[in-house]
Amino acid sequence: MDWGAIFENSFQSALGPDAIVYALAAIGLNVHFGYTGLLNFGQAGFMAVAAYGLAASIATWGLPFWLGIVIGLAAAFVLALLLGIPTLRLRADYLAIATIATSEILRLLFGSVTLKDQFGGSNGLQGFASSFYDLNPYTGRLNLGLFSFSKNDAWVFTVGWILVALSCLVVWVLMRSPWGRVLKSIREDEEAVRSLGKNVFAYKMQALILGGMFGAIAGFMLALKQASVIPSDYATDITFFAYTALLLGGAARVFGPVVGSIIFWFLLTFLGNFFGQATSGADPLIPDWIMTDIQSSLVRFILVGLGLMLLMIYRPQGIFGDRREIAIDAR
Amino acid sequence: MRLRLAALFALAMGIILLAAGTPSFAAETATPATPTASAGAPADSAYSLVATLKDLRGAATPADGKPVPGVTITVEDSKGAEVGSGVSDAAGKVSIPLPSAGKFTATLDEKSLPEGTSLSGKTGNSRTFQVLQEGPTFLQFPIGNEPPKQTGKVERLIDGSVSGIKFGLIIALAALGLSLIFGTTGLTNFAHGELITFGALVAYGFNRGMGMTLILAGVLAVIVSGFFGYANERLLWRPLRKRGTGLVAMMIVSIGLGLFLRNIYQYVFGGGTKSYDQYVDQIAHTFGPIHLANKEIAIMLISVVTIAITCVALVKTRIGKATRAVADNPALASSSGMRVDGVIAAVWIFGGAITGLSGVLLGVDQQVDFQMGFKLLLLVFAATTLGGLGTTWGALIGSIVVGLMVEVSPVLGVPSELKYVTALVVLILILLVRPQGILGRRERVG
Repeated sequence: MDWGAIFENSFQSALGPDAIVYALAAIGLNVHFGYTGLLNFGQAGFMAVAAYGLAASIATWGLPFWLGIVIGLAAAFVLALLLGIPTLRLRADYLAIATIATSEILRLLFGSVTLKDQFGGSNGLQGFASSFYDLNPYTGRLNLGLFSFSKNDAWVFTVGWILVALSCLVVWVLMRSPWGRVLKSIREDEEAVRSLGKNVFAYKMQALILGGMFGAIAGFMLALKQASVIPSDYATDITFFAYTALLLGGAARVFGPVVGSIIFWFLLTFLGNFFGQATSGADPLIPDWIMTDIQSSLVRFILVGLGLMLLMIYRPQGIFGDRREIAIDAR
Repeated sequence: MRLRLAALFALAMGIILLAAGTPSFAAETATPATPTASAGAPADSAYSLVATLKDLRGAATPADGKPVPGVTITVEDSKGAEVGSGVSDAAGKVSIPLPSAGKFTATLDEKSLPEGTSLSGKTGNSRTFQVLQEGPTFLQFPIGNEPPKQTGKVERLIDGSVSGIKFGLIIALAALGLSLIFGTTGLTNFAHGELITFGALVAYGFNRGMGMTLILAGVLAVIVSGFFGYANERLLWRPLRKRGTGLVAMMIVSIGLGLFLRNIYQYVFGGGTKSYDQYVDQIAHTFGPIHLANKEIAIMLISVVTIAITCVALVKTRIGKATRAVADNPALASSSGMRVDGVIAAVWIFGGAITGLSGVLLGVDQQVDFQMGFKLLLLVFAATTLGGLGTTWGALIGSIVVGLMVEVSPVLGVPSELKYVTALVVLILILLVRPQGILGRRERVG
């Protein structure tokens, strides 16, 4: 058992591009679920339209990078409108079903043979990230003591954490404003807010759009970090994992999603590496008839599911949250 | 794990027996095309694909099928790069060495099929398969009659409608389970898809692992699914209700439960797609304009009878009436002296069983894999929402509509890989126009 490598990998992914993507996605979900009480299960859809908007703009339509970013954000904006109009007036479970269905529709459309010319089918799109990496000021590996990043990862790392910091700042400022207080009161008691003359639907829509924008940025980072977009990366699991990260850190807290993602990815990589090592080699620690190599990669996801259940049951406020601030009552 | 090994062993044995079951052709072969014609792994590569091509016309079981030689199969890896190809030998076998474990796609060149034959079954000429361990991975391309001449759109419409109704009935069983549970507890269960998979996997275990006939295995699987539903209620949902956990929190808990179960299924069952050992490829009979295999008729009959009994039971029996009372107003039912927890437990047992049955039937109709239920979940949601969340008849009508939409839309020009999309789009449209569903009562849902 090579504990050094296990911890190195775990810290690397806890602070690396993976955690950044999830932190951004979870910040968006925090605006939706944590502050406004909207149960958006389609964050993968927001990530997908943004990532594909960027990738297709550059790789398929030959547009410049910044225009691609604008198109990606616009696509997420339109998606929020399309989703919000039918569902925001409905009960929480309807919104959940509609959003998860939409994200699946988008994934199937992006992966479809019919639109292969635009979106590359199940192989996705490549060759759109060069403008991003051309801006890279790093010339070699970035060494951070405990671990180091490759040149490209270091650039994603730098840009990503700056974006996370800016997003946190935006959320912090907005949620202290009167606008943010209206969102929180919608979460607590929609009828009361309505009786005060506020247009609840408009506020919910604004929150859906804002959270969708953070989802879009997460989609950009995911696309850029691997320099490709593949439909299977935008399956519903990514939404569920982002929820787990959010609930772990604490919903309705500015740093909740960030800390949650860091811990989530630390644990995920740690467990993956640990069981991977425990089942590999000639004389594995865990015998083959209990767990094979392939099975070892599943244990962490089994534990994520279990963890999400236990978290929601015993500590819905996560690490930093306030139990009174968790919107867990519908109907 | 043992079960999985046993199942794999049974599968391998079955194929070897299959190959041995064609002695006449083995005798005629002067020079076997490849050294792998005897259903063994090639000595030089650890991983390989062994595909079998059988003409199933007039054959009672796949083992009786005539081998089809001279057909080309090409294998591509997940990136679309060709990794190998082969031509079937006199025993109808193609053996293609593979570079590594992983996901591959085998494509059969339909032009190389003999005159008058074509692929039977609905899987098409391309199959994606997962190679997990060393040794040969087996794949079957059943070959049968030329499909009925696709001359008229009307005929295809009829065929699509029939398989749509069949698919809708399978969905209806699961949707009925979901609807009953939602109606009595208010829980939107995102782990409902895992109840579907549970039934199919348990039946697979009994069938392949223990060698029972599929009918016995299916009946046992339905019973075990009922217990599984009860375990869900007793160990998780009832304690949560007693704690006063909110419905949104329960919804997130159900997502965790779904993730948990899905990965356990994959852990035990593996990532591949497998089929039961009976009723795999049946020849379709022709009834006027309709083409149906025996198993499809059986699936439809079993579903219709189950649904009819459920509906009658809900209206006529004491427990059915109690269920509707609890669904209507739990507090009033409780104060009228009904055991609300008992009713909910009964609903979970029945809901689990009926959902498990839908999994078994789906496994018979198509194939079994660890996320078959999860893939169906959104269609089940679409069906229940379409009909009206929590209404029995609504779930039924919604399911048939969804099934028809999925199977008929390709005939009307929707690309077949997008056929699920039509049902999901309609789900969103119905929320826009009539959120309470077709049969739902008009009430505030916001």
